[in-house]
Amino acid sequence: MIHSKPLNPETVRETGSMQRFLNPLVRSLKPSGIRKYFDLASGNKEIISLGVGEPDFVTPWHVREAAVASLERGRTTYTPNSGLPELREAIAAYLHNEFDVTYEPKNEILVTIGGSEAIDLALRSFISPGDEILVPEPCYIAYSPIAALSGGKPVGIETFAKDNFKLKPEALRAKLTPRSKVLVLCYPSNPTGGIMTYEDWLPIAKIVEEHDLVVIADEMYAELTYGSKHVSFASIPGMKDRTILVGGFSKAFAMTGWRLGYACGHPELIAAMLKIHQYTVMCAPVMSQIAACEALTRGLEVKDRMVESYNQRRRLVVKGLREIGLECHEPQGAFYVFPSIASTGLSSDEFCERLLLEGKVAAVAGHVFGLGGEGFIRCSYATSVTLLQEALERIDAFLRKLEAER
Amino acid sequence: MDEFKLKVLELLKEDARRTPDLIATMLGVDVEAVRRAIKEMEANHIIVKYATVVNWSKVDDEKVTALIEVQITPERGRGFDAIAERIYLHPEVKSVYLMSGAYDLLVEVEGKNLKEVASFVSSKLSPIESVLSTKTHFILKKYKQDGIIFEDHIEDYRMHISP
Repeated sequence: MIHSKPLNPETVRETGSMQRFLNPLVRSLKPSGIRKYFDLASGNKEIISLGVGEPDFVTPWHVREAAVASLERGRTTYTPNSGLPELREAIAAYLHNEFDVTYEPKNEILVTIGGSEAIDLALRSFISPGDEILVPEPCYIAYSPIAALSGGKPVGIETFAKDNFKLKPEALRAKLTPRSKVLVLCYPSNPTGGIMTYEDWLPIAKIVEEHDLVVIADEMYAELTYGSKHVSFASIPGMKDRTILVGGFSKAFAMTGWRLGYACGHPELIAAMLKIHQYTVMCAPVMSQIAACEALTRGLEVKDRMVESYNQRRRLVVKGLREIGLECHEPQGAFYVFPSIASTGLSSDEFCERLLLEGKVAAVAGHVFGLGGEGFIRCSYATSVTLLQEALERIDAFLRKLEAER
Repeated sequence: MDEFKLKVLELLKEDARRTPDLIATMLGVDVEAVRRAIKEMEANHIIVKYATVVNWSKVDDEKVTALIEVQITPERGRGFDAIAERIYLHPEVKSVYLMSGAYDLLVEVEGKNLKEVASFVSSKLSPIESVLSTKTHFILKKYKQDGIIFEDHIEDYRMHISP
Protein backbone atom coordinates (compact mmCIF):
# COMPACT_ATOMS: atom_id res chain seq x y z
CA MET A 1 0.00 0.00 0.00
CA ILE A 2 2.77 2.42 0.90
CA HIS A 3 5.94 3.17 -1.03
CA SER A 4 8.49 3.49 1.69
CA LYS A 5 11.10 4.94 -0.69
CA PRO A 6 10.69 8.72 -0.95
CA LEU A 7 11.35 10.42 -4.29
CA ASN A 8 14.76 11.97 -4.64
CA PRO A 9 14.26 15.67 -3.76
CA GLU A 10 16.88 16.78 -6.31
CA THR A 11 15.06 15.08 -9.17
CA VAL A 12 11.81 16.60 -8.05
CA ARG A 13 13.26 20.12 -7.96
CA GLU A 14 14.71 19.81 -11.48
CA THR A 15 11.32 19.02 -12.95
CA GLY A 16 9.86 22.14 -11.32
CA SER A 17 7.05 20.04 -9.98
CA MET A 18 4.98 21.29 -7.06
CA GLN A 19 5.64 17.86 -5.60
CA ARG A 20 8.78 19.34 -4.08
CA PHE A 21 6.69 21.09 -1.46
CA LEU A 22 5.12 17.91 -0.24
CA ASN A 23 6.08 15.99 2.82
CA PRO A 24 7.77 12.86 1.42
CA LEU A 25 5.52 10.72 3.57
CA VAL A 26 2.44 12.24 1.96
CA ARG A 27 4.01 12.09 -1.47
CA SER A 28 4.66 8.40 -1.14
CA LEU A 29 1.11 7.71 -0.02
CA LYS A 30 -0.81 5.91 -2.75
CA PRO A 31 -4.43 6.92 -3.31
CA SER A 32 -6.88 4.25 -2.24
CA GLY A 33 -7.30 1.42 -4.73
CA ILE A 34 -11.03 1.86 -4.38
CA ARG A 35 -10.80 5.14 -6.25
CA LYS A 36 -10.37 3.44 -9.63
CA TYR A 37 -13.72 1.65 -9.33
CA PHE A 38 -15.36 4.81 -8.15
CA ASP A 39 -14.28 6.56 -11.34
CA LEU A 40 -15.35 3.65 -13.55
CA ALA A 41 -18.76 3.30 -11.97
CA SER A 42 -19.73 6.89 -11.32
CA GLY A 43 -22.64 8.25 -13.29
CA ASN A 44 -23.52 4.92 -14.87
CA LYS A 45 -27.18 4.27 -14.15
CA GLU A 46 -27.24 0.74 -15.57
CA ILE A 47 -24.85 -0.51 -12.96
CA ILE A 48 -25.97 -2.39 -9.89
CA SER A 49 -23.47 -1.57 -7.22
CA LEU A 50 -22.32 -4.09 -4.67
CA GLY A 51 -19.45 -1.76 -3.94
CA VAL A 52 -21.18 0.44 -1.43
CA GLY A 53 -19.74 0.49 2.08
CA GLU A 54 -22.78 1.97 3.76
CA PRO A 55 -26.29 0.90 4.74
CA ASP A 56 -29.12 1.15 2.21
CA PHE A 57 -31.40 2.45 4.94
CA VAL A 58 -31.85 6.14 5.41
CA THR A 59 -31.29 7.37 8.98
CA PRO A 60 -34.53 6.61 10.86
CA TRP A 61 -36.95 9.52 10.67
CA HIS A 62 -37.16 10.10 14.42
CA VAL A 63 -33.38 10.60 14.47
CA ARG A 64 -33.48 13.03 11.56
CA GLU A 65 -36.37 14.84 13.17
CA ALA A 66 -34.49 15.25 16.44
CA ALA A 67 -31.67 16.95 14.54
CA VAL A 68 -34.08 19.18 12.62
CA ALA A 69 -35.83 20.18 15.83
CA SER A 70 -32.52 21.05 17.48
CA LEU A 71 -31.58 23.23 14.52
CA GLU A 72 -34.91 25.01 14.76
CA ARG A 73 -34.25 25.72 18.40
CA GLY A 74 -30.92 27.19 17.42
CA ARG A 75 -28.53 24.60 18.79
CA THR A 76 -25.72 25.53 16.47
CA THR A 77 -22.82 26.03 18.84
CA TYR A 78 -19.61 24.26 19.80
CA THR A 79 -19.91 21.51 22.36
CA PRO A 80 -17.35 20.44 24.97
CA ASN A 81 -14.28 18.99 23.22
CA SER A 82 -15.01 15.45 24.22
CA GLY A 83 -18.69 15.70 23.23
CA LEU A 84 -22.05 16.52 24.81
CA PRO A 85 -22.14 15.07 28.35
CA GLU A 86 -25.56 13.49 27.68
CA LEU A 87 -24.22 11.77 24.58
CA ARG A 88 -21.20 10.41 26.43
CA GLU A 89 -23.52 9.09 29.09
CA ALA A 90 -25.76 7.49 26.48
CA ILE A 91 -22.73 5.87 24.84
CA ALA A 92 -21.54 4.54 28.21
CA ALA A 93 -24.95 3.05 29.00
CA TYR A 94 -25.25 1.56 25.54
CA LEU A 95 -21.80 -0.07 25.60
CA HIS A 96 -22.46 -1.42 29.06
CA ASN A 97 -25.82 -2.94 28.10
CA GLU A 98 -24.89 -4.26 24.68
CA PHE A 99 -21.27 -5.31 24.98
CA ASP A 100 -20.56 -5.56 28.66
CA VAL A 101 -17.81 -2.94 28.71
CA THR A 102 -17.93 -0.11 31.22
CA TYR A 103 -16.50 3.35 30.62
CA GLU A 104 -16.66 6.52 32.67
CA PRO A 105 -18.42 9.18 30.55
CA LYS A 106 -16.34 11.96 32.12
CA ASN A 107 -12.87 10.96 31.02
CA GLU A 108 -12.96 7.63 29.20
CA ILE A 109 -15.14 8.52 26.22
CA LEU A 110 -14.31 10.91 23.39
CA VAL A 111 -16.87 11.75 20.70
CA THR A 112 -15.19 12.03 17.29
CA ILE A 113 -15.94 12.84 13.69
CA GLY A 114 -16.69 9.31 12.59
CA GLY A 115 -14.74 6.28 13.64
CA SER A 116 -12.17 7.53 11.13
CA GLU A 117 -11.07 10.42 13.34
CA ALA A 118 -10.86 8.12 16.36
CA ILE A 119 -8.54 5.79 14.44
CA ASP A 120 -6.41 8.71 13.30
CA LEU A 121 -6.17 10.14 16.83
CA ALA A 122 -5.25 6.81 18.34
CA LEU A 123 -2.59 5.99 15.76
CA ARG A 124 -1.07 9.46 16.04
CA SER A 125 -1.10 9.29 19.82
CA PHE A 126 0.73 5.97 19.93
CA ILE A 127 3.18 5.92 17.04
CA SER A 128 6.72 7.24 17.05
CA PRO A 129 8.86 6.91 13.91
CA GLY A 130 10.01 3.35 13.47
CA ASP A 131 7.28 1.76 15.56
CA GLU A 132 5.61 -1.22 14.00
CA ILE A 133 1.84 -1.39 13.66
CA LEU A 134 0.42 -4.86 13.28
CA VAL A 135 -2.59 -5.01 10.98
CA PRO A 136 -4.45 -8.23 10.21
CA GLU A 137 -5.42 -8.11 6.55
CA PRO A 138 -7.49 -8.01 4.38
CA CYS A 139 -8.85 -5.03 6.28
CA TYR A 140 -10.30 -1.57 6.04
CA ILE A 141 -8.06 0.64 3.94
CA ALA A 142 -7.18 3.47 6.34
CA TYR A 143 -4.94 2.03 9.04
CA SER A 144 -1.68 1.51 7.18
CA PRO A 145 -1.63 4.90 5.39
CA ILE A 146 -2.37 6.79 8.62
CA ALA A 147 0.24 4.78 10.50
CA ALA A 148 2.77 5.53 7.78
CA LEU A 149 2.05 9.27 8.01
CA SER A 150 3.27 9.18 11.60
CA GLY A 151 6.46 7.47 10.51
CA GLY A 152 5.22 4.11 11.69
CA LYS A 153 5.82 0.90 9.82
CA PRO A 154 2.64 -1.01 9.04
CA VAL A 155 3.12 -4.76 9.22
CA GLY A 156 0.37 -6.77 7.57
CA ILE A 157 -0.67 -10.13 9.00
CA GLU A 158 -2.31 -12.25 6.35
CA THR A 159 -5.56 -14.01 7.26
CA PHE A 160 -7.19 -16.73 5.21
CA ALA A 161 -10.60 -17.83 3.94
CA LYS A 162 -10.01 -21.33 5.34
CA ASP A 163 -9.94 -19.75 8.83
CA ASN A 164 -12.94 -17.53 8.04
CA PHE A 165 -10.40 -14.67 8.05
CA LYS A 166 -9.89 -14.88 11.78
CA LEU A 167 -6.63 -13.64 13.28
CA LYS A 168 -4.65 -16.69 14.37
CA PRO A 169 -2.23 -16.41 17.32
CA GLU A 170 0.61 -18.13 15.38
CA ALA A 171 0.27 -15.57 12.58
CA LEU A 172 0.42 -12.69 15.05
CA ARG A 173 3.39 -14.18 16.88
CA ALA A 174 5.30 -14.64 13.62
CA LYS A 175 5.20 -10.90 12.93
CA LEU A 176 6.26 -9.67 16.35
CA THR A 177 9.55 -7.80 16.65
CA PRO A 178 11.02 -5.62 19.41
CA ARG A 179 9.54 -2.60 17.58
CA SER A 180 5.98 -3.99 17.58
CA LYS A 181 3.82 -1.50 19.42
CA VAL A 182 0.26 -1.25 18.14
CA LEU A 183 -2.18 -3.95 17.08
CA VAL A 184 -5.16 -2.79 15.01
CA LEU A 185 -8.18 -5.08 15.06
CA CYS A 186 -11.14 -4.72 12.72
CA TYR A 187 -13.76 -7.29 13.64
CA PRO A 188 -16.50 -7.76 12.50
CA SER A 189 -14.38 -7.28 9.43
CA ASN A 190 -14.73 -4.96 6.53
CA PRO A 191 -14.18 -6.45 3.89
CA THR A 192 -14.40 -10.13 4.80
CA GLY A 193 -17.36 -10.28 7.19
CA GLY A 194 -15.19 -12.37 9.53
CA ILE A 195 -15.73 -12.18 13.28
CA MET A 196 -13.80 -13.16 16.41
CA THR A 197 -15.41 -15.05 19.28
CA TYR A 198 -14.43 -14.97 22.95
CA GLU A 199 -12.40 -18.16 22.44
CA ASP A 200 -10.70 -16.67 19.38
CA TRP A 201 -9.72 -13.57 21.35
CA LEU A 202 -8.20 -15.29 24.39
CA PRO A 203 -4.87 -16.41 22.84
CA ILE A 204 -4.58 -13.05 21.06
CA ALA A 205 -5.04 -11.26 24.38
CA LYS A 206 -2.33 -13.39 25.90
CA ILE A 207 0.18 -12.35 23.23
CA VAL A 208 -0.88 -8.70 23.54
CA GLU A 209 -0.16 -8.85 27.24
CA GLU A 210 3.16 -10.68 26.89
CA HIS A 211 4.44 -8.19 24.35
CA ASP A 212 2.91 -5.16 25.99
CA LEU A 213 1.05 -4.03 22.86
CA VAL A 214 -1.53 -1.29 22.76
CA VAL A 215 -4.64 -2.20 20.77
CA ILE A 216 -6.95 -0.18 18.56
CA ALA A 217 -10.15 -2.19 18.27
CA ASP A 218 -12.17 -0.79 15.37
CA GLU A 219 -15.57 -2.27 16.18
CA MET A 220 -17.61 -0.13 13.82
CA TYR A 221 -19.68 -3.14 12.76
CA ALA A 222 -20.24 -4.43 16.30
CA GLU A 223 -24.02 -4.37 15.92
CA LEU A 224 -23.95 -6.33 12.71
CA THR A 225 -23.27 -9.93 13.63
CA TYR A 226 -25.43 -12.87 12.73
CA GLY A 227 -25.94 -15.85 14.95
CA SER A 228 -23.70 -14.78 17.81
CA LYS A 229 -23.33 -11.50 19.63
CA HIS A 230 -20.21 -9.45 19.00
CA VAL A 231 -17.50 -9.83 21.63
CA SER A 232 -15.61 -6.61 22.17
CA PHE A 233 -11.86 -7.03 22.53
CA ALA A 234 -12.04 -4.57 25.43
CA SER A 235 -14.27 -7.02 27.30
CA ILE A 236 -11.56 -9.71 27.39
CA PRO A 237 -10.04 -9.82 30.91
CA GLY A 238 -7.00 -7.56 31.22
CA MET A 239 -7.47 -5.87 27.84
CA LYS A 240 -9.63 -2.85 28.66
CA ASP A 241 -6.83 -0.57 29.87
CA ARG A 242 -4.60 -1.18 26.86
CA THR A 243 -7.37 -1.02 24.27
CA ILE A 244 -8.91 1.93 22.49
CA LEU A 245 -12.39 0.85 21.52
CA VAL A 246 -13.58 2.63 18.38
CA GLY A 247 -17.27 2.66 17.58
CA GLY A 248 -19.76 4.78 15.74
CA PHE A 249 -23.24 5.30 14.49
CA SER A 250 -22.70 4.92 10.75
CA LYS A 251 -23.37 1.25 10.28
CA ALA A 252 -25.74 0.26 13.07
CA PHE A 253 -27.96 3.31 12.88
CA ALA A 254 -27.55 4.12 9.18
CA MET A 255 -25.87 7.45 9.95
CA THR A 256 -22.79 7.48 7.69
CA GLY A 257 -23.20 11.07 6.50
CA TRP A 258 -23.47 12.46 10.02
CA ARG A 259 -19.82 11.58 10.58
CA LEU A 260 -20.07 10.60 14.19
CA GLY A 261 -18.07 8.08 16.16
CA TYR A 262 -16.33 7.66 19.46
CA ALA A 263 -13.23 6.32 21.17
CA CYS A 264 -13.23 4.76 24.62
CA GLY A 265 -10.28 3.79 26.74
CA HIS A 266 -8.02 4.44 29.69
CA PRO A 267 -8.20 8.10 30.85
CA GLU A 268 -4.51 8.68 30.11
CA LEU A 269 -4.85 7.43 26.54
CA ILE A 270 -8.09 9.30 25.93
CA ALA A 271 -6.54 12.49 27.36
CA ALA A 272 -3.73 12.23 24.80
CA MET A 273 -6.18 11.75 21.94
CA LEU A 274 -8.28 14.61 23.27
CA LYS A 275 -5.29 16.95 22.95
CA ILE A 276 -4.99 16.28 19.21
CA HIS A 277 -8.78 16.38 18.83
CA GLN A 278 -9.12 19.80 20.46
CA TYR A 279 -6.38 21.35 18.34
CA THR A 280 -7.54 19.83 15.06
CA VAL A 281 -11.34 19.70 15.06
CA MET A 282 -12.38 21.13 18.43
CA CYS A 283 -15.51 19.01 18.66
CA ALA A 284 -17.85 16.89 16.57
CA PRO A 285 -20.79 18.76 14.97
CA VAL A 286 -23.48 19.46 17.53
CA MET A 287 -26.42 18.45 15.31
CA SER A 288 -24.87 15.07 14.69
CA GLN A 289 -24.33 14.62 18.41
CA ILE A 290 -27.96 15.41 19.15
CA ALA A 291 -29.09 12.96 16.47
CA ALA A 292 -26.84 10.31 17.99
CA CYS A 293 -28.39 10.85 21.41
CA GLU A 294 -31.78 10.20 19.90
CA ALA A 295 -30.53 7.08 18.10
CA LEU A 296 -29.08 5.63 21.30
CA THR A 297 -32.00 6.41 23.55
CA ARG A 298 -34.89 5.55 21.25
CA GLY A 299 -33.49 3.88 18.16
CA LEU A 300 -32.47 0.45 19.37
CA GLU A 301 -35.57 -1.31 18.09
CA VAL A 302 -35.24 0.13 14.59
CA LYS A 303 -31.64 -1.03 14.62
CA ASP A 304 -32.68 -4.61 15.43
CA ARG A 305 -35.01 -4.62 12.45
CA MET A 306 -32.24 -3.43 10.16
CA VAL A 307 -29.92 -6.16 11.43
CA GLU A 308 -32.57 -8.81 10.75
CA SER A 309 -32.98 -7.48 7.24
CA TYR A 310 -29.22 -7.63 6.56
CA ASN A 311 -29.16 -11.18 7.81
CA GLN A 312 -31.87 -12.20 5.32
CA ARG A 313 -29.95 -10.66 2.47
CA ARG A 314 -26.69 -12.19 3.67
CA ARG A 315 -28.19 -15.66 3.40
CA LEU A 316 -29.54 -14.87 -0.05
CA VAL A 317 -26.22 -13.63 -1.40
CA VAL A 318 -24.01 -16.34 0.11
CA LYS A 319 -26.27 -19.07 -1.26
CA GLY A 320 -26.60 -17.30 -4.60
CA LEU A 321 -22.84 -16.88 -5.05
CA ARG A 322 -22.19 -20.50 -4.13
CA GLU A 323 -24.85 -21.69 -6.56
CA ILE A 324 -23.28 -19.84 -9.46
CA GLY A 325 -19.96 -21.43 -8.65
CA LEU A 326 -18.01 -18.95 -6.52
CA GLU A 327 -16.42 -20.27 -3.37
CA CYS A 328 -17.60 -18.16 -0.49
CA HIS A 329 -16.84 -18.45 3.21
CA GLU A 330 -19.72 -17.82 5.57
CA PRO A 331 -19.46 -14.18 6.70
CA GLN A 332 -20.85 -13.71 10.19
CA GLY A 333 -20.64 -9.97 10.52
CA ALA A 334 -20.77 -6.58 8.77
CA PHE A 335 -22.64 -6.47 5.45
CA TYR A 336 -20.05 -7.88 3.10
CA VAL A 337 -19.36 -11.18 1.45
CA PHE A 338 -15.87 -11.94 0.23
CA PRO A 339 -16.10 -14.69 -2.38
CA SER A 340 -13.07 -16.16 -4.12
CA ILE A 341 -12.81 -15.54 -7.85
CA ALA A 342 -9.59 -17.56 -8.17
CA SER A 343 -11.42 -20.22 -10.22
CA THR A 344 -11.81 -17.75 -13.08
CA GLY A 345 -8.05 -17.40 -13.48
CA LEU A 346 -8.36 -13.61 -13.44
CA SER A 347 -6.78 -11.28 -10.94
CA SER A 348 -9.31 -9.59 -8.68
CA ASP A 349 -8.57 -6.32 -10.43
CA GLU A 350 -9.21 -7.75 -13.91
CA PHE A 351 -12.30 -9.53 -12.68
CA CYS A 352 -13.83 -6.44 -11.11
CA GLU A 353 -13.04 -4.20 -14.03
CA ARG A 354 -14.59 -6.61 -16.52
CA LEU A 355 -17.54 -7.37 -14.26
CA LEU A 356 -18.21 -3.66 -14.09
CA LEU A 357 -17.81 -2.92 -17.81
CA GLU A 358 -19.27 -6.14 -19.25
CA GLY A 359 -21.51 -7.45 -16.49
CA LYS A 360 -22.72 -4.07 -15.17
CA VAL A 361 -22.13 -5.01 -11.56
CA ALA A 362 -19.74 -3.05 -9.35
CA ALA A 363 -17.73 -4.82 -6.67
CA VAL A 364 -14.38 -4.01 -5.11
CA ALA A 365 -11.24 -5.99 -5.91
CA GLY A 366 -9.88 -7.78 -2.85
CA HIS A 367 -6.27 -6.68 -3.27
CA VAL A 368 -7.07 -3.11 -2.22
CA PHE A 369 -7.65 -4.45 1.29
CA GLY A 370 -4.08 -5.64 1.65
CA LEU A 371 -2.47 -9.04 2.15
CA GLY A 372 -4.63 -12.04 1.43
CA GLY A 373 -7.15 -10.00 -0.55
CA GLU A 374 -5.96 -10.95 -4.03
CA GLY A 375 -8.21 -13.55 -5.61
CA PHE A 376 -11.27 -12.26 -3.77
CA ILE A 377 -13.85 -9.55 -4.35
CA ARG A 378 -15.86 -7.58 -1.80
CA CYS A 379 -19.61 -7.50 -2.40
CA SER A 380 -21.85 -5.48 -0.15
CA TYR A 381 -25.36 -6.82 0.36
CA ALA A 382 -26.71 -3.54 1.69
CA THR A 383 -28.97 -3.30 -1.35
CA SER A 384 -32.57 -4.29 -2.03
CA VAL A 385 -33.46 -7.96 -2.46
CA THR A 386 -34.66 -7.35 -6.00
CA LEU A 387 -31.38 -5.71 -7.00
CA LEU A 388 -29.36 -8.44 -5.28
CA GLN A 389 -31.22 -11.09 -7.25
CA GLU A 390 -30.62 -9.19 -10.47
CA ALA A 391 -26.93 -8.72 -9.58
CA LEU A 392 -26.54 -12.47 -8.93
CA GLU A 393 -28.05 -13.18 -12.34
CA ARG A 394 -25.66 -10.76 -13.99
CA ILE A 395 -22.64 -12.22 -12.21
CA ASP A 396 -23.81 -15.68 -13.27
CA ALA A 397 -24.06 -14.60 -16.90
CA PHE A 398 -20.62 -12.99 -16.66
CA LEU A 399 -19.10 -16.18 -15.25
CA ARG A 400 -20.66 -18.23 -18.07
CA LYS A 401 -19.17 -15.80 -20.56
CA LEU A 402 -15.73 -16.16 -18.98
CA GLU A 403 -16.09 -19.93 -19.13
CA ALA A 404 -16.99 -19.81 -22.82
CA GLU A 405 -13.86 -17.77 -23.51
CA ARG A 406 -11.63 -20.43 -22.04
CA MET B 1 -48.68 -16.64 16.22
CA ASP B 2 -45.21 -18.19 16.11
CA GLU B 3 -42.29 -16.03 15.14
CA PHE B 4 -41.52 -18.01 12.02
CA LYS B 5 -44.93 -17.39 10.47
CA LEU B 6 -44.68 -13.72 11.37
CA LYS B 7 -41.39 -13.48 9.50
CA VAL B 8 -42.88 -15.17 6.46
CA LEU B 9 -45.78 -12.72 6.58
CA GLU B 10 -43.46 -9.73 6.83
CA LEU B 11 -41.49 -10.86 3.79
CA LEU B 12 -44.67 -11.43 1.79
CA LYS B 13 -46.08 -8.11 2.90
CA GLU B 14 -43.03 -6.37 1.44
CA ASP B 15 -43.38 -8.25 -1.84
CA ALA B 16 -46.12 -10.80 -2.47
CA ARG B 17 -44.28 -12.22 -5.46
CA ARG B 18 -41.45 -13.63 -3.34
CA THR B 19 -41.31 -17.36 -3.89
CA PRO B 20 -41.21 -19.91 -1.05
CA ASP B 21 -37.68 -20.69 -2.27
CA LEU B 22 -36.50 -17.12 -1.83
CA ILE B 23 -38.21 -16.77 1.53
CA ALA B 24 -36.67 -20.01 2.76
CA THR B 25 -33.22 -18.79 1.70
CA MET B 26 -33.67 -15.42 3.37
CA LEU B 27 -34.80 -16.99 6.62
CA GLY B 28 -32.31 -19.84 6.50
CA VAL B 29 -34.98 -22.55 6.77
CA ASP B 30 -36.29 -25.47 4.77
CA VAL B 31 -38.47 -24.54 1.79
CA GLU B 32 -41.10 -27.13 2.76
CA ALA B 33 -41.59 -25.38 6.10
CA VAL B 34 -42.28 -22.12 4.26
CA ARG B 35 -44.71 -23.78 1.85
CA ARG B 36 -46.57 -25.36 4.77
CA ALA B 37 -46.77 -22.09 6.67
CA ILE B 38 -48.12 -20.23 3.66
CA LYS B 39 -50.70 -22.95 2.91
CA GLU B 40 -51.87 -22.89 6.50
CA MET B 41 -52.16 -19.13 6.61
CA GLU B 42 -54.04 -19.12 3.32
CA ALA B 43 -56.43 -21.76 4.66
CA ASN B 44 -57.01 -19.78 7.86
CA HIS B 45 -57.56 -16.58 5.92
CA ILE B 46 -54.63 -14.98 7.67
CA ILE B 47 -53.35 -14.39 4.18
CA VAL B 48 -56.54 -13.14 2.55
CA LYS B 49 -55.38 -12.20 -0.90
CA TYR B 50 -52.32 -11.29 -2.99
CA ALA B 51 -53.26 -7.94 -4.48
CA THR B 52 -51.41 -5.15 -6.26
CA VAL B 53 -50.95 -1.73 -4.75
CA VAL B 54 -51.85 0.74 -7.49
CA ASN B 55 -51.19 4.43 -7.59
CA TRP B 56 -54.45 5.31 -9.36
CA SER B 57 -53.54 8.95 -9.69
CA LYS B 58 -51.09 7.87 -12.42
CA VAL B 59 -53.82 6.06 -14.35
CA ASP B 60 -55.94 8.14 -16.75
CA ASP B 61 -59.04 6.33 -15.61
CA GLU B 62 -59.70 8.76 -12.75
CA LYS B 63 -61.49 7.73 -9.61
CA VAL B 64 -62.59 9.60 -6.53
CA THR B 65 -62.48 8.17 -3.07
CA ALA B 66 -64.29 9.41 0.01
CA LEU B 67 -64.01 8.55 3.66
CA ILE B 68 -67.44 8.72 5.27
CA GLU B 69 -68.03 8.97 8.98
CA VAL B 70 -71.25 7.15 9.83
CA GLN B 71 -73.16 7.28 13.10
CA ILE B 72 -75.54 4.40 13.70
CA THR B 73 -77.75 2.84 16.34
CA PRO B 74 -76.63 -0.72 16.93
CA GLU B 75 -79.16 -3.51 16.32
CA ARG B 76 -80.37 -5.47 19.29
CA GLY B 77 -78.45 -8.74 19.63
CA ARG B 78 -76.14 -8.22 16.65
CA GLY B 79 -74.52 -4.94 17.60
CA PHE B 80 -72.82 -3.09 14.76
CA ASP B 81 -71.96 -6.13 12.68
CA ALA B 82 -75.28 -6.48 10.88
CA ILE B 83 -75.32 -2.88 9.75
CA ALA B 84 -71.68 -2.98 8.80
CA GLU B 85 -72.48 -5.98 6.61
CA ARG B 86 -75.35 -4.19 4.88
CA ILE B 87 -72.87 -1.44 4.07
CA TYR B 88 -69.82 -3.43 3.06
CA LEU B 89 -71.71 -5.69 0.67
CA HIS B 90 -72.03 -2.74 -1.73
CA PRO B 91 -69.21 -3.09 -4.29
CA GLU B 92 -68.58 0.68 -4.20
CA VAL B 93 -67.47 0.28 -0.59
CA LYS B 94 -63.74 -0.46 -0.40
CA SER B 95 -63.30 -0.68 3.34
CA VAL B 96 -65.30 -0.41 6.54
CA TYR B 97 -63.89 0.06 10.04
CA LEU B 98 -65.65 0.12 13.41
CA MET B 99 -64.26 3.13 15.25
CA SER B 100 -64.01 4.47 18.75
CA GLY B 101 -64.80 8.17 19.25
CA ALA B 102 -67.31 10.59 17.75
CA TYR B 103 -68.73 8.25 15.11
CA ASP B 104 -69.15 4.50 14.68
CA LEU B 105 -68.15 3.35 11.20
CA LEU B 106 -65.58 4.71 8.82
CA VAL B 107 -66.57 3.77 5.28
CA GLU B 108 -64.31 4.15 2.26
CA VAL B 109 -66.28 4.58 -0.94
CA GLU B 110 -64.91 4.75 -4.46
CA GLY B 111 -66.66 6.14 -7.52
CA LYS B 112 -66.04 7.54 -10.98
CA ASN B 113 -66.74 11.11 -9.87
CA LEU B 114 -68.09 13.24 -7.06
CA LYS B 115 -71.66 12.83 -8.24
CA GLU B 116 -71.51 9.08 -8.16
CA VAL B 117 -70.16 9.00 -4.60
CA ALA B 118 -72.68 11.62 -3.47
CA SER B 119 -75.51 9.64 -4.94
CA PHE B 120 -74.30 6.48 -3.22
CA VAL B 121 -74.46 8.30 0.09
CA SER B 122 -77.90 9.76 -0.48
CA SER B 123 -79.54 6.77 -2.10
CA LYS B 124 -77.83 3.77 -0.45
CA LEU B 125 -76.17 4.74 2.78
CA SER B 126 -78.35 7.38 4.42
CA PRO B 127 -81.66 5.56 3.89
CA ILE B 128 -80.50 2.59 6.01
CA GLU B 129 -82.78 2.79 9.01
CA SER B 130 -80.13 2.64 11.73
CA VAL B 131 -77.90 5.23 10.07
CA LEU B 132 -78.29 8.45 12.07
CA SER B 133 -75.91 10.70 10.21
CA THR B 134 -73.08 10.74 7.66
CA LYS B 135 -70.21 13.09 7.02
CA THR B 136 -68.40 12.72 3.70
CA HIS B 137 -64.72 13.65 3.21
CA PHE B 138 -63.25 13.39 -0.28
CA ILE B 139 -59.63 12.31 -0.55
CA LEU B 140 -57.60 14.81 -2.56
CA LYS B 141 -54.25 13.04 -2.65
CA LYS B 142 -52.78 9.80 -1.34
CA TYR B 143 -49.28 10.15 0.05
CA LYS B 144 -48.86 6.80 1.68
CA GLN B 145 -50.97 3.67 1.88
CA ASP B 146 -50.31 0.46 3.78
CA GLY B 147 -46.81 1.62 4.62
CA ILE B 148 -46.00 2.31 0.99
CA ILE B 149 -45.07 5.86 0.01
CA PHE B 150 -46.59 6.90 -3.31
CA GLU B 151 -44.31 9.81 -4.11
CA ASP B 152 -41.48 9.12 -6.54
CA HIS B 153 -38.84 11.16 -4.75
CA ILE B 154 -37.17 8.34 -2.89
CA GLU B 155 -33.71 8.03 -4.35
CA ASP B 156 -30.58 6.21 -3.44
CA TYR B 157 -28.12 9.01 -2.75
CA ARG B 158 -25.22 6.71 -2.03
CA MET B 159 -22.08 6.73 -4.13
CA HIS B 160 -21.56 3.57 -6.21
CA ILE B 161 -18.34 2.75 -4.44
CA SER B 162 -17.21 3.61 -0.93
CA PRO B 163 -14.68 2.08 1.44
